[in-house]
Amino acid sequence: MEQVAAMENGSQTMQFGSPGGHERRLFLDRCGRYLFLAAASLMTLIIFAIIFFVGRQGLMTFSAVSPIEFFTSAQWDPAAGKFGALAFIMGSVVSTVLAIAIGGPLGLLGAIFLAKVAPDQLRRIMRPATDLYVAIPSVVYGYIGLILLVPWLRDTFSTPTGFGVLASSLVLGIMILPTVLSISVDALNAVPRPLEEASLALGATWWQTMIHVILPAARPGIMTAVVLAMARAIGETMAVQMLIGNTPQLVTSLFTPTATLTSNIVVEMGNTPFGSVWGNALFLMAFVLLIISLLMILAIRHFTAKGVA
Amino acid sequence: MMPAAQENKEEYKHTVSVVTQNRLARIMLWGVGAIILALLAAFLGYILYKGLPVLSVHFVFGKSSDMLAGGGVGSQLFNSFYMLFLSMAVSIPLAVGAGIYLAEYARDTKLTRGIRLSVESLATVPSIVLGLFGMIVFVNMMHMGFSILGGALTLVLLNLPLLVRVTEESIRTVPKSYEEASLALGATKLQTIVRVVLPSAMPGIITGITLTAGRALGETAILIFTAGTTVSRFMFDTDLMAGGETLAVHLWYLLSAGLVPDRDQIANGIGALLIITILIFNFVLVLPLKYLQRKSGATMK
Repeated sequence: MEQVAAMENGSQTMQFGSPGGHERRLFLDRCGRYLFLAAASLMTLIIFAIIFFVGRQGLMTFSAVSPIEFFTSAQWDPAAGKFGALAFIMGSVVSTVLAIAIGGPLGLLGAIFLAKVAPDQLRRIMRPATDLYVAIPSVVYGYIGLILLVPWLRDTFSTPTGFGVLASSLVLGIMILPTVLSISVDALNAVPRPLEEASLALGATWWQTMIHVILPAARPGIMTAVVLAMARAIGETMAVQMLIGNTPQLVTSLFTPTATLTSNIVVEMGNTPFGSVWGNALFLMAFVLLIISLLMILAIRHFTAKGVA
Repeated sequence: MMPAAQENKEEYKHTVSVVTQNRLARIMLWGVGAIILALLAAFLGYILYKGLPVLSVHFVFGKSSDMLAGGGVGSQLFNSFYMLFLSMAVSIPLAVGAGIYLAEYARDTKLTRGIRLSVESLATVPSIVLGLFGMIVFVNMMHMGFSILGGALTLVLLNLPLLVRVTEESIRTVPKSYEEASLALGATKLQTIVRVVLPSAMPGIITGITLTAGRALGETAILIFTAGTTVSRFMFDTDLMAGGETLAVHLWYLLSAGLVPDRDQIANGIGALLIITILIFNFVLVLPLKYLQRKSGATMK
């Protein structure tokens, strides 16, 4: 920055001498700087615009529906004017928690394997493989769940349909696995080597070192991984919509066909006129999702500010 | 004597159990690694096994049908790439600009911290929420309707945070000495960025663009209510206001509301087509870039 300032000073003194190219270059230099700043500021503008427009559309719901009804009633019957979204909120929360319970440990163990156990050759295969997990479109995950997992669950547990939170959480668990894995690997690799060596030199086994030294040191990074995975799971739409059964009722078992905030938006948005109470209620559900994901970002900030790794 | 011996034994036992634990843990970790790889292989293998036989020139480039069997996915394939191209044309300049700012100019001020937080937040906003935002702003307020343009502009929101991040990271890997040399020779900051920093960061940026493009191609939730679930009557219609159903949206639409009798076949075909495209984007296009990156990395040292 000082350099730029120095050059600007330079341009002042040089004004008498050379009127040509250098002046113009400095002018362009300043223009470029402002353009880059404008592009960067656009990101802030976009996120505020999203909060504003989705929030405004969603909050209009409250002119017809009380917040208490929306958040605490599970009665969703738009034709009868009942807009209780509790079933969807519960559906989102339960399937997210289950997905973390499935994908979290698997991802973390995978990360330990990749960071500390796998030989180089295997590591070179596993890194792109986890990237590929992320790259597979979510409709394809949903599709495979639909033709393989749902029939299998139906036959194995002799349930009427096989749709429900278990089906969607199993697939969600696989979808968030790469998120947990890749961020945890970075966190594990960032743990200073001397910590590990000191523990081993004191006679601890490799696994004791992992549990008592490396994992605690990598905790902030691992927490970040888990929260990001939760954000992905709660916002995931297509795969969940294809597997959860799309019935607005509270989750009572692993095989109750239910719905989540995201899946219900996809199912019903097409049938609702823009600006109706029903439509606005769906926007409000999107706004709830938006707030949850923003809170998660703040939570991650909190973890990373505290920790080292 | 006796108690001491017993104590020794106890200690010995303890060590044994810890060692066994260690061994078991390692076995378990190998198991998890194997599961992760096997699951992926099974996943890809199954989709390709079901879908590859469906793929034919007629299927891939043919016109889709609403009621009768034997339709293709030509329009959807075209729309997918057309919208990808449009959204990238808008997002790349913006994202590279923002990435340059964050990597080269930004000091630790409130403004910069705000921008960073915005990029992170934008990256975690669920895609369905971005879709609804696009529906309010582009589809309704700007009267675009469910169109290719509306879908492409909403896709920009998805691409931006990913592209900003890779640009910033790629620029940060360029050695500071390059930049200092250029500045010392009297180049302005802008000249340095355009002629020295960006070319060195280019392989990384292009890799990031390719991976982002792969993600945007498979995106569905963001497009249902912005690009819609219909296609133009004409094949390969570049009209920005035409319906913009993509491959991924078509797959979802077929399974949830499709009327054609051969929808399972078509779904299998689309699945394979999507996976093949993703594989091309992730490996075929990225491999030469990775090589370039490694090469330029080697010369840096």
